Amino acid sequence: MVKTLLEGVSRRGLVLLALLLAALVAAPWLANDYLLTVLIIILYFAYTGQAWNVMMGFAGQLSLGHALYVGLGAYTAAALYVHVGIGPWLGLPVAIAIAAAAGAAIGFLAFRFGVGGIYFAILTIAFAEFARIGFDHFGWVGASSGFFLPVANYSRDDLWNLRGDPTMFYYVMLALTAAAFVLCHLLLKSRVGYYWRAIREDETAARSLGIDTFRYKMYAVVISAGMTAVAGVFFAFYYNNLFPEQVFHISRSIELILPAIIGGVGTLFGPVIGAFLLTGLSETMQELLTRLGLDVPGAKQVFYGICLLAVVLALPEGIWPWLARKLGVTEQRP
Amino acid sequence: MAAAIYLNVAVSGVLTGLVYGLMALGLSVIFGVVRVVNFAHGEMMTIAMYLAIVLFGAFGLDPLLMLVPIAGVLFVLGYALQAGLINPFINRPEHSQFILLVAVALIIVNLLLIVFGPDARNVQTSYAFDSFLVGPLIVDATKVYAGAASLLVAGALFVFFRFAPVGKAIRACADNYTGALVVGLDVKRLYALTFGIGAACVGAAGSILVLLFDVTPALGPSLTLLAFIIVITGGLGSMPGALLGGVLIGLTEAMAGLLFTPSAKSMFSFGLLVLVLLFRPQGILGKRLSW
Amino acid sequence: MIRTLPIDSARPGITRRGFAAGAGAAGLLAGSAPLRLARAQGAPLKVGVLLPRSGAQAGIGQDCQRGVELAPAIFKQLGLPQLEIMNADTETNVEVARTRAEKLIGDGAQLLVGAFDSGQTTAIAQVAEQKGIPFVINIAAAPPITEQGYKFVFRNFPTAPMILRDAFANQKEIFAATGTAPKSVVFMHVNDTFGTSMQKGISAVMPKFDMPYKVVETISYDPTARDLSVEVAKAKATGADALLMVSRLNDAILITRELVKQRWSPMAVLSMGPGWYEDQYLKTLGKLSDGPLSFVPWYDPNKRLSKVLEAALAKAYPDINLNTNHVFTFEALLVAADAYKRARSSDPKALADAIRTTNITDNVSIGPGIQFDAKGQNDKLKDAAIQNRGGKLLTVAPQAAGNAKPELPMRPYDKRG
Repeated sequence: MVKTLLEGVSRRGLVLLALLLAALVAAPWLANDYLLTVLIIILYFAYTGQAWNVMMGFAGQLSLGHALYVGLGAYTAAALYVHVGIGPWLGLPVAIAIAAAAGAAIGFLAFRFGVGGIYFAILTIAFAEFARIGFDHFGWVGASSGFFLPVANYSRDDLWNLRGDPTMFYYVMLALTAAAFVLCHLLLKSRVGYYWRAIREDETAARSLGIDTFRYKMYAVVISAGMTAVAGVFFAFYYNNLFPEQVFHISRSIELILPAIIGGVGTLFGPVIGAFLLTGLSETMQELLTRLGLDVPGAKQVFYGICLLAVVLALPEGIWPWLARKLGVTEQRP
Repeated sequence: MAAAIYLNVAVSGVLTGLVYGLMALGLSVIFGVVRVVNFAHGEMMTIAMYLAIVLFGAFGLDPLLMLVPIAGVLFVLGYALQAGLINPFINRPEHSQFILLVAVALIIVNLLLIVFGPDARNVQTSYAFDSFLVGPLIVDATKVYAGAASLLVAGALFVFFRFAPVGKAIRACADNYTGALVVGLDVKRLYALTFGIGAACVGAAGSILVLLFDVTPALGPSLTLLAFIIVITGGLGSMPGALLGGVLIGLTEAMAGLLFTPSAKSMFSFGLLVLVLLFRPQGILGKRLSW
Repeated sequence: MIRTLPIDSARPGITRRGFAAGAGAAGLLAGSAPLRLARAQGAPLKVGVLLPRSGAQAGIGQDCQRGVELAPAIFKQLGLPQLEIMNADTETNVEVARTRAEKLIGDGAQLLVGAFDSGQTTAIAQVAEQKGIPFVINIAAAPPITEQGYKFVFRNFPTAPMILRDAFANQKEIFAATGTAPKSVVFMHVNDTFGTSMQKGISAVMPKFDMPYKVVETISYDPTARDLSVEVAKAKATGADALLMVSRLNDAILITRELVKQRWSPMAVLSMGPGWYEDQYLKTLGKLSDGPLSFVPWYDPNKRLSKVLEAALAKAYPDINLNTNHVFTFEALLVAADAYKRARSSDPKALADAIRTTNITDNVSIGPGIQFDAKGQNDKLKDAAIQNRGGKLLTVAPQAAGNAKPELPMRPYDKRG
């Protein structure tokens, strides 16, 4: 397995990868709490970007409603914890199953009826919005007044119940992100990965080669949804409160996929780079505006939008493919 | 009594739906020709709404009269946006276009927040509180004017595409891109024109909408979403489809609000959208596209 | 690759160097240095204020900010120590709220104030509790926040059940005073955090009060609704005497417009939330804004400090009426300054202990003053009933805090010239 993992990565790439990993592992000793919180958010978006990438980057199915899977994962694990007393790690498989089932249902309906392209994207938005309004009326999990997990001042970390200080959450998120990275790498190298790319490039051609496109598109949706649900479980236990308006909102779906698109769709490092860059950019901008004494609500978002524009105009492929060339590490765009 | 309330709600739903239809028309026109989904659609509409409010506040000009100049301003904006920013993205994948327009939307929302502040704004016309009594029916005067104006604008647009030479050229472009190139049409300019016309439509809809809704900077994204639902229900790229979709959604939401709990009424429009997508993905009046 | 993150610009050492230029150096040491030293140098307490000033709640967040702006001058008059306000925008987003709270603490904030919304407030409360930094909530009504056993979180704002309790009591007082009472009401509420908390509370609280009216129908509507004609038509069709409301601002305006257009003048509008008394409501609707009664956390117009605050606001913003947002944000800062004065230290633990023993009687809100119970909740707070009359807000109940008599029934919309 290790061999498959390292296959095709240049020596320089390996060194850089090792350095990055070492820096991330050491981060809690170097960074203060604020930076650690920012790093948690970065890793969170790197993870969700990776999960979304399976569907869009690998198999070419544009989903604009991934907040649905985050929300389903979050609410499932939280409800099991609060109402049934089942901890997050046992709730995790249930959360994954429910989100994957939702993904399968959407995928089945869409692919059976030949819904594709932008229509498929809008369909995913519709389901996420449907869930948002549905959960707004779902009294068992607090409806729109919110669902609160019990919190107390923990004297020590309780990894089993995911109760603890930010450092613990940081390592959990780091482990998840690394696992997602490895999983995606293996998926890309697998037969399924090749089929996905064939579908992404030309679905008709793929079908004429005898690939069961329906089945492999379904795999992509189900895997992506299940992976995203894991992020949802993390979200629930890290923030300890869930509001449908926050969790399922379309703006969340957009936030989830920005890093992957800006970093480079279909690449493994894209979501990671994108998450670092966008969150870093947002925080720097905030700091800069504060220093300049420019306390105008909205100004930060305007500059952020301008930077987004600049990136898509200058690097339509995303940042990573360009950066990889500059660094002399090639990740052949699979 | 019971029958009267159904009738009242239905009439109100249809009238609101007409305005919804006009609101979605711009999105449909742009997609039908340029094949770009304008994710900044609702945000552009809020620009038009603020323009109407400024004109009304400063000079007391009625938004229904200001519809034409505001449409003109939005035309210029749309033309510039297409020619300057979107054109290189025409053949790029959808997610690229999506990010581009999401960035544009983000900038618009927050610029409006900085300029106009977060409070809801509206216009107080002399007829804002009027209603007509027709037998058991009470009809909101503003909605009647707004619905009529929407029909008028949609009719004008229809005539333009059917009879004006430029309109015909744009339709040629939409039907057969290569063919249009071959016969020597300046496709790039026509695309910019189309985007301008779509935006003008948004401008007109915005000046009408300001009579019905209060505007805040944050209104944009929800209008974008609403326009999507309407346009896909009716048929993306089809003009009558957009109007029909608007009326259907307006009516569905009104009736669902009456019969079920109103806070869940948009669930029904999403439900309608899902049904349409599954059984007639091209929309009720849309042509089957090849993808 | 980690270089892409602007670690340098955010590293605390550099940030702190920035503060050293100002009076902050002493404050930085104050955590460990002898208490008097910090006081002698007159170091202001660093207070991080977190409010949603952009995004969906931008309007309210920016309104709360006005309460922050008014504080320094008034504190000076009161002989309270100065505060160094560090503003942060939560962008109406839970994650941003959490990050900004961490950032403020990293930059040396010794106390936090915020954040209007229950979700964002919960996120900040967790950070504050973990770091042991006192957090004074200005506005947030969801009960769970003070039910978590937090040691550093304080709330000088009523919970949803408290708001309901006072609303029913004040309604009965008004019905008795005017000799008029509705026999039936339609309960309309916005389906958001606050609206559903209130709706859940109603069934528990109302039976205790033996109200003269029945709730004939409950209608919940979408917080982002752009058109409420169906909702009002439905309410009108019930034939109820009055409207019982929990709303926000925009929907309050929309509902009033629909009442006029659909030619329905209920005997009373009894609102138990924001919207019906806000400036925007009065300005937008003019004569049509007169009449509704709001049962809300409010200021006692007879208190000395209320008059001071009112005058300060009138000077800074001539066309804005003093409201809940200003009052409770101001009082949150008041709690901070008062605690700092008594603690004689900016040490967070000492500050929290001081807040726990708060007893401010020279305050603005209604009731005996600001005190906190074991959970960190001010359970002595009382709400008022206010009525819009002629573009002004008059307090009509409870009598002790009132400055006018209630008028009921409301003048019909079509008889207002």
